[in-house]
Amino acid sequence: MARKDFLDIASLTREEVHHLLEQAAPFKEVFTRSVKKVPALKGKSVLMLFYEPSTRTHSSFEVAAKRLSADVIDLDVPHSSVVKGETVKDTVDTLQAMRADYIVVRHKMSGMPLAIARQTKASVVNAGDGAHAHPTQALLDAFTLKEVIPEPAGRKVLIAGDILHSRVARSTSTVFRKMGVEVGFLGPGSLLPRKGPAEGIRRFTDFEEALGWGPDVLYLLRVQMERLEVQYFPSVHEYHRVYGVTQERFARVAGEGIYIMHPGPVNRGVELCHEVMDYERSLINQQVENGIAARMAVLYSLKPGTGEGGEE
Amino acid sequence: MAVILDEAAIARAVESLTDQIREGAGGHRIAIVGIRSRGDEVAERVCHALAAGGVAHDYGMLDISLYRDDLAHLAENPKLQESEVTFQVDGAHVVLVDDVLFTGRTIRAALGALWDYGRPARVALAVLIDRGHRELPIHADYTGATIETERMDHILVRLKNTDGEDGVELVRNSHPG
Repeated sequence: MARKDFLDIASLTREEVHHLLEQAAPFKEVFTRSVKKVPALKGKSVLMLFYEPSTRTHSSFEVAAKRLSADVIDLDVPHSSVVKGETVKDTVDTLQAMRADYIVVRHKMSGMPLAIARQTKASVVNAGDGAHAHPTQALLDAFTLKEVIPEPAGRKVLIAGDILHSRVARSTSTVFRKMGVEVGFLGPGSLLPRKGPAEGIRRFTDFEEALGWGPDVLYLLRVQMERLEVQYFPSVHEYHRVYGVTQERFARVAGEGIYIMHPGPVNRGVELCHEVMDYERSLINQQVENGIAARMAVLYSLKPGTGEGGEE
Repeated sequence: MAVILDEAAIARAVESLTDQIREGAGGHRIAIVGIRSRGDEVAERVCHALAAGGVAHDYGMLDISLYRDDLAHLAENPKLQESEVTFQVDGAHVVLVDDVLFTGRTIRAALGALWDYGRPARVALAVLIDRGHRELPIHADYTGATIETERMDHILVRLKNTDGEDGVELVRNSHPG
């Protein structure tokens, strides 16, 4: 795989997805050594450009880069000129002057990582852009799924929550489908996409009916509290009752041995009840650890300075 | 292209390598660590022969891709394979095993990788074939066969589990690059 940038899942071939998943496993082995660090990116620098706050993804990328021996530069976005009206082009020129080899971007606008990638020789990794994509999340989800279900083709994953506004749902469902997994969406009818990449996906508005479909994995999306309150649900309690894993539903989920995934951080009592956190088939902690390995695989597989980006 | 070792010659080289390793162990329990790819298969054969002779030992394998010194020069990074070192490396008497010893850079990388698991008491190097042209102060302690080569020649090693058959060929290449 020779790519400069990692921007979304949709443009990856099945072979590239397979390759990246295969590459994540050796990195996970690195974590078991007494020195949990390899020199592959020694002397390279990774610039963290987070226009949207995200403790979890940010630290996961930071650990991944450091375990590859790269230097990590954190551009303090809220306090820098990037929010004071500086254009993307100006910002990229500044970044270019810092000679970063990799730029990890999170932005509330869809397409921003691509816009940056086109203007720099550095390898750009999308750490989440608007409702568009969160490809490293998808990769770690796919890797986690394969750890418990090595041959996932033909198996079923139910993704529950605000599908329409979720870049996680978009990227993760895309990667699962590239692996031959059957994907179902559960959520309020108004938040279930019908067209585009969602075509051919089973849609459910009723949780019990969705469980009757027989999913192997239940993937719960994080509820964005600020969005939820104002628009789609009368209350957090109501969300939990209708689309959350309540104690009652948990009994059924555990009884049927359904795996639980969640991109984190979990809102306890909203997406799921407390009991789920100790459930032996909850893969939530595994997802966090696998996130580091998957991001190491992505950074290792990219080649800065190749392709068209940043040509004068 | 010339076949320089056939299946029988490879078997003899492995046998010789095993004898040298056994004699060099000096009464210590040794850990045989193969370097992927193909070094691991040579190591497996050595382990098999050691076990047949009743010599208890540990076994591991290393993928050294992440420790290579030329990653920045490659158009595409090498595909990683998993390393597997489950014995206690601290204080161990390790024998690194590879198929071909050439510039010595792979061995430098392997030493770096090994050190990330712990601090061995001693490390020796066993190679199926020494083809010369070292670029680093590294030598083999145990050698199965020595082959005279030109710097630009290629040594093609094929081993059953990795390639379906056993054989070593020398491909002459008089043109630089």
